Amino acid sequence: MKNFKTIILSNQEISPGYYRMKILAPGYNELARPGQFVMFRVQRSLPPLLRRPFGIFRAGFLPADCESMPPKEFIEIIYKVVGSGTEIMQGLHHGDPVELLGPLGSGFDPGTPEEEKILVGGGIGLAPLYMLAEKMVEKSKVRLLMGGRSRDDIITVTEFERLGVETYVSTEDGSLGEEGLVTRVLERKLDKYPKASVFACGPMPMIEAVQKICLERGTSLQVSLEALMACGVGACLGCVVKGEGHTEVDPRYLCTCTSGPVFKAEELNWNKAAINGVESGGCK
Amino acid sequence: MNKSEKNILQPKMAVEVAGLRLKNPVMPASGTFGYGEEYAPYIDLNQLGAVVTKGMSLNPKAGNNTPRICETVSGMLNAIGLQNVGVDAFIKNKMAYLQQYETPVIVNFFGSTQDEYGEVAARLDDVPGVAALEMNISCPNVKHGGIIFGTDPEAAFAAVSLVRKRTNKPLIVKLTPNVTDIQVTARAAEDAGADALSLINTLTGMAVDVKTRKPRLANTIGGLSGPAIRPIAVRLVHQVVQAVQVPVIGIGGISRAMDALEFLIVGAKAVQVGTANFVDPNAMATILAGLEEFCRDEGIADINDLIGSLEL
Repeated sequence: MKNFKTIILSNQEISPGYYRMKILAPGYNELARPGQFVMFRVQRSLPPLLRRPFGIFRAGFLPADCESMPPKEFIEIIYKVVGSGTEIMQGLHHGDPVELLGPLGSGFDPGTPEEEKILVGGGIGLAPLYMLAEKMVEKSKVRLLMGGRSRDDIITVTEFERLGVETYVSTEDGSLGEEGLVTRVLERKLDKYPKASVFACGPMPMIEAVQKICLERGTSLQVSLEALMACGVGACLGCVVKGEGHTEVDPRYLCTCTSGPVFKAEELNWNKAAINGVESGGCK
Repeated sequence: MNKSEKNILQPKMAVEVAGLRLKNPVMPASGTFGYGEEYAPYIDLNQLGAVVTKGMSLNPKAGNNTPRICETVSGMLNAIGLQNVGVDAFIKNKMAYLQQYETPVIVNFFGSTQDEYGEVAARLDDVPGVAALEMNISCPNVKHGGIIFGTDPEAAFAAVSLVRKRTNKPLIVKLTPNVTDIQVTARAAEDAGADALSLINTLTGMAVDVKTRKPRLANTIGGLSGPAIRPIAVRLVHQVVQAVQVPVIGIGGISRAMDALEFLIVGAKAVQVGTANFVDPNAMATILAGLEEFCRDEGIADINDLIGSLEL
């Protein structure tokens, strides 16, 4: 993990309000583990003052500029325009200077190869699941359940398909795939594959519903959370979530940035008030 | 002195504050640098004038509910609520790490009562490697986080006097800007035996989510920090420097060398960098390099020549 100045390679709108940004990121193919994130800073601009956390969607190589040079490494992040930070980001272009701090945080534990894997992604929450799918698909059967309000929220599904992931799309308004909540699809899949382990990232109500379903069935679950975060390195204590067993007298706060953003469901306190203020998935 | 006549290769950056000799005047502000360890991968702690830890209380403290932070225009609000591991766990688990560095360690602490202040100070008094104590009488975010001691000059005098009796370490008292006349609390702390003053802590503030009509912080009110508060901080440091004899450490919205220079010129002997650490973990190294460059460019051989050089 380190901080460095770099440049944007591309920044494209992939669905209304959703952008995909490719950033030059030397070393990330070696370093980045599925589920980790970067603290992204727009250089030469204030506001925004603070960096924004983004899950790493993908790491890869570009062809070198000339034969004697090594190939260029990049990462991609996906973001939804929801606030002042992402509004500035959508106006950035190839060559614009940015700063990356990372890769940060814990990653997903992919578990054992023989178990079936079910990924549950809600909207922008899909982003950190791609690298995980990439890693698991070689040895395990991976299914992706992708949910959103409408078809605009369904992003990059074809890329999961290209990896060999079996994908199921659902939208609340029925504009793409099955009509209804992604959790209904999850229940059906767990009926069929009761031994599968689940990996989820998305809006908090979705995460909570997924947790309830997995708890009832004794299904192993890992969730990736997002929180308001100032530093990303465990210093500001702004991004804490309450851990399992947390009480007023015996507080067990965990930093989303250093203990997370991926948690095993049993590490967290799922009392509703406990996770108030923490979002999962998209960044602001 | 004609600056063009001098060729300064390595300006002297060492300063003395509260009897501590610091190799340069740049250190982190408490609460923005964890226990030092968190930032060690990004910045060489040996480069810093000092390390200032997160605030310690007698017992571990849970802190506030979330959301605890929110960005505002050129600043941020926080209401962390002084979450910390407690002074004993700090001494046991965190000090050893910091002692491998040659940089002096300043331990920030607070209490909810006078006695608690005294007790925490006493427990830190004989801990090797603790170079000085910074007494927080200014946290706005907890009910008994010490701000009463910072806003009432008599309470400040009493608490600082008590702590003074319980420690032989150099004692820095950190002041709140949330008062009508900061010179009064500054003098009270000085009269009670503070070796130095540091200011400012955050300004109280509030932000509202207009859609949900809820405060953006679970604690409703928080402390404002970042570049937005710098002019207020410079003014307050200027006023305190006029009012007391002890050295002053300037804090508030410093993110570049030029910002730090403002505080030094009005008379701060050293500066603390806070929110900027979150934005850039290497911020203090950049500030330090900028200070040296400024001294070279301006023909200043010793940074002390710059301190208090304000022309009125």
